[in-house]
Amino acid sequence: MDSRRSDPSRGAAAMPLAVKILVAGGFGVGKTTLVGSVSEIKPLRTEEQLTDRSVGIDDTSGVERKTTTTVAMDFGRITIRDGLVLYLFGTPGQDRFWFMWDELALGALGAVVLADTRRLSDCFPSIDYFERRRLPFIVGVNCFEGAIRYDTEEIRAALDLDPRVPVILCDVRRRESGKQVLIALVEHVLAVMAERQRQAGAAIR
Amino acid sequence: MSEWLDDEAGPVVRPYALTRGRTRASREGFDLIAIIASAATSTFAPPTAGPEHVAILELCVRPLSVAEVSAKLKLPLGVVRVLLGDLLDLGLIVVRRPETENRLPNERVLKEVLNGLQAL
Repeated sequence: MDSRRSDPSRGAAAMPLAVKILVAGGFGVGKTTLVGSVSEIKPLRTEEQLTDRSVGIDDTSGVERKTTTTVAMDFGRITIRDGLVLYLFGTPGQDRFWFMWDELALGALGAVVLADTRRLSDCFPSIDYFERRRLPFIVGVNCFEGAIRYDTEEIRAALDLDPRVPVILCDVRRRESGKQVLIALVEHVLAVMAERQRQAGAAIR
Repeated sequence: MSEWLDDEAGPVVRPYALTRGRTRASREGFDLIAIIASAATSTFAPPTAGPEHVAILELCVRPLSVAEVSAKLKLPLGVVRVLLGDLLDLGLIVVRRPETENRLPNERVLKEVLNGLQAL
């Protein structure tokens, strides 16, 4: 795209590069709360309207009517510096919108999977998805009041996670805690990249 | 009819009527985080431009992502993409695509993001 053609005064700084991180997990686990606690703007919502043809996994057999479903995504923004903006996208909660996940995951730096110890299995589909896609992710255990506190190793075992995937406890209502979750993710992404580069180098030799 | 229609009822005009039934943008995919900026003031919009086209040009005086344009104008993503395609064809907007070609993110960008988050 030639972005200089129309207006010479509009330099690269005026057209920031955007990157994104995904926030996934079961319904009500605090995805939008995390986005909101670290975002510089109030979380926004974007919607897409789908017909039954695009919601592939939905069983609409026998229903000879074209239905329309709305899939909503909440997102926030953090300006990293002039010219670099980070967007945080909450994934649509419903597991059937996989094609929407594909669009979200394309080019994403990584993902945070939020887990609630009272309903751990709710985050299985997200973990499966990111493992299959080889998108680096970490698990943030949102510590709800009244929930029994578990050791991160117990949670790792219950989720059957790769030992290299970080599991951290957090309270996503707190900005500082949300920030630490994102930092842990980016550090993990850098580690995964280094590891993959080592493997690729070893494969050539 | 307007007596019983409130915001809860949704838009009176079905969203894709704004695009005259078109559901695909012309040539650009318009990623969710592609950044859009108006290349000209909305007064340069041709007479064929609809109010939504003008609204996008006014909104994108400051560069915004496709997702933000959709959220702020309360229009579905698909509709926004078609409208952006019209504006791009007319040379009224410029687009900066995100880096999605590589499977792994750019290390320099990642380190900048890390530093930025630590400084929050």
